[in-house]
Amino acid sequence: MSILFIMVPAALVLAGLGVWAFIRAVRSGQFDDLETPAIRALFDDDD
Amino acid sequence: MTTLGARSASIAHAQREAVACSHCGLPVPRGLVEESAEHQFCCNGCRTVFGVLRGGGLERYYAVRDSVRAERRAALTTDADFAEMDDPVYMDQFVRVREDGFCETDLVLEGVHCAACVWLVERLDRVSPAVVSSRLDLRRATVSVAWNPNAGSLPGVARSLASLGYTPHPPRGGAREAVRRSENRTYLIRCAVAGALAGNIMLIAIALYGGWFAGMSHEFQTFFRWLSAGLGLTSLAWPGRVFFAGAINALRTRTANLDLPIALALGVGGVWGIANTITGAGEIYFDSLGMLVFLLLVGRWIQHAQQRRAADAVELLFTLTPTRARLLDGRGDARSVPADTLQVDDRVEVLADDTVPADGEVVEGQSDVDEALLTGESRPRRVGGGDVVSAGSVNLSGRLVVRVAAPVQEARLAQLMRLVSEATSAKSRVVKFADRIAGWFVLVVMVLASVTAAVWWPSGAHGSMEHATALLIVACPCALGLATPLVMTVSIGRLARMGVLVKSADVIERLSRPGRLMLDKTGTLTEGTLTVAERVGEDHAWALAAIAERESRHPVARAITQAFATPASELAVAADDLHARPGLGVEAIVGEQRVAVGSARLMETLGVVLDDDARDWIEARVNAGSPVFVSLDGTLAGIAVLDDSLRSGSLRSTRTLRKNGWHASVLSGDRAATVARIAGDLGIEDACGEVTPEHKLEAVRHASGANASRGPVVMVGDGVNDAAAIAAADVGIAVQGGAEASLEAADVACQRVGLEPIVDLIDESRRAMRRVRLCLCCSLGYNAVAAGCAMAGLVTPLFAAVLMPLSSLTVLTIAASGGARRSSNDGGGA
Repeated sequence: MSILFIMVPAALVLAGLGVWAFIRAVRSGQFDDLETPAIRALFDDDD
Repeated sequence: MTTLGARSASIAHAQREAVACSHCGLPVPRGLVEESAEHQFCCNGCRTVFGVLRGGGLERYYAVRDSVRAERRAALTTDADFAEMDDPVYMDQFVRVREDGFCETDLVLEGVHCAACVWLVERLDRVSPAVVSSRLDLRRATVSVAWNPNAGSLPGVARSLASLGYTPHPPRGGAREAVRRSENRTYLIRCAVAGALAGNIMLIAIALYGGWFAGMSHEFQTFFRWLSAGLGLTSLAWPGRVFFAGAINALRTRTANLDLPIALALGVGGVWGIANTITGAGEIYFDSLGMLVFLLLVGRWIQHAQQRRAADAVELLFTLTPTRARLLDGRGDARSVPADTLQVDDRVEVLADDTVPADGEVVEGQSDVDEALLTGESRPRRVGGGDVVSAGSVNLSGRLVVRVAAPVQEARLAQLMRLVSEATSAKSRVVKFADRIAGWFVLVVMVLASVTAAVWWPSGAHGSMEHATALLIVACPCALGLATPLVMTVSIGRLARMGVLVKSADVIERLSRPGRLMLDKTGTLTEGTLTVAERVGEDHAWALAAIAERESRHPVARAITQAFATPASELAVAADDLHARPGLGVEAIVGEQRVAVGSARLMETLGVVLDDDARDWIEARVNAGSPVFVSLDGTLAGIAVLDDSLRSGSLRSTRTLRKNGWHASVLSGDRAATVARIAGDLGIEDACGEVTPEHKLEAVRHASGANASRGPVVMVGDGVNDAAAIAAADVGIAVQGGAEASLEAADVACQRVGLEPIVDLIDESRRAMRRVRLCLCCSLGYNAVAAGCAMAGLVTPLFAAVLMPLSSLTVLTIAASGGARRSSNDGGGA
């Protein structure tokens, strides 16, 4: 069971990576406009 | 620049007829139907846009629009050339040059409202080859467009946007938008960090609970407790910091808010938890604390998103001021310049359909100006040499030359705008329901915690502290913090589906008890456009009058083309030798007859004799509206009375309001006689006509100052003239068809016509506040039970971890069910 001493911090580091990625996405403006991209996706098939 | 007022007038104008416009699908006014034509148009704007779309191969727009079932709007086009956007001052201020050599700018678009607009605006490159890319932000109605400066100019890009029916305006308030955007990002990041931490602490806590039941070796327990403490403290110190900051603020200003009990629970729980982790004995509550921080932050984010939406809308307010002017040089040649650069004594040319760019004096030309935006008076005013005109009024018929009397920043319109922003910032904040009880909440919890500590003291200091801490944590008002934003969000969404756009949750709290409702007559209670109320004379004469008036935008002309269809046999007949007589009417040769349509003064000038019968007929209707005459070859052929008629639902709505305890009054810029008549029809005793914008503001301020105990002061209006009063009122409501300025100054914008949406809003507000109270009762109930258990020493970390989500879930269910239950019966409203 002493594997937990490695696995749990490793899991936390992975979670930290996820949070870091999200923060980067927010800072790059991906979440600034939550309405228009949803609409834009509807039309992209025609050209 | 064409005004929004004119656009809405043409929509209202079109709605009663049957033939659908080929572009917007709205009905075409009878006078404009061309029976042989393949395509029918309700206005020139639609005709232009239809042509541009076909030319650019963008007909798929119609399929897209039908598939998204968007609200129909007539297209609004403009003849402006946007030359002022080439001005170095403008370029400096708004245009960025990208690394790849392309230029980029933001433009605020008038008239974007649906998914099909996104589709069309983002295909701007098909219409304008210089455009490299265009991205629309629908919520802010702002397009970010990049173009190749070698292939075209910004005015060209602006013209192609205008040719699609979206008049572009320079963006204003960019800095404030940037601040709000970064705030929104901060909130999101806080939620994300708090959520990740809470989830991980919970996983560790489950291991600890497992160990509690099944046994766990000491080294693992210590390991997990330290991990839990580390994550928990991170949560408190990073995203949870805001609650401590809020609590310190509250202490400093000696007011109570919800941050106080939250910070108390978080602080005591955190300190006690870390102490227990170090000593290795006693309970830790980091799982509950982490979850608290996360849930509360989600509530905050929802609230912030609502406020941001409102603030964005306010920015659009400034797009109304005209941004360009046609400056005349010494030789009398006109060139477009930004309106901001106009100097006193400059001479500017104002063409028909343009907006007057600055306050000034007419030095040349005669015309009618529509000052409805400024004064609320729907009848155009006739101006000639020496008359004073105000920025923001629309020149309806002839060319005017105006000598600028005051710089644009000091124009009457700019002053009104300033009144609006002052009134908005001076508005008293509602003391939030939740904040009101927060003070008591802290007091009660502190007393209970002390009592618990005292009662358990004899059986051991550590145990007594343990129980007191547990009480503070389980009594943390998490559900309380979530309840209000959730219920408000559900209600605001529900109202939006009913065509009532609420910009901030405060509105619902304010409207939950009856107060005073001040109505602006034009547009709110009435149709807002002139219609023919009564007439005498042969159909033939009126048909000829309609032909003569076909080309005109004047409200009287609109009323006549609307009311009298042109017989098929005479459709081809055109009006020749058409003379608009500013302030009087029109003259034209139609077929073989000389037709004149206009006021009594026009008849007088033409030498048309009014006999006694005619005079009696007018005399009997002196209060019914304004008379219009038609003469054929110099003899009187008909008289009509034009009137701004009552909206159909106004009477029932005012009755419902009165029944619910609201006091209604009318405060209008219209002629006193008209206001009195309409108020009389509706049974409203308190009516005041010919009120200036400044007086409206005064009246609203007076009412809210004097009668704070008598409920909220609500101002309902639709023009720029109401904007300041709307902003100053406890709740400002702008009704459909109104000027952009009043829409932005208002807390609520109605997309449906008439008073019914206001009745719906008041009704929904009452129900929403009932739901808020129910949520608060439930969450307080949970807190009471939990506090009782804590005092009895029964609370363990597991108990707290189960109880808290349970209370939050209850609140969620109440908030959501209230919205879902009634959303089934609102299908007709949207």
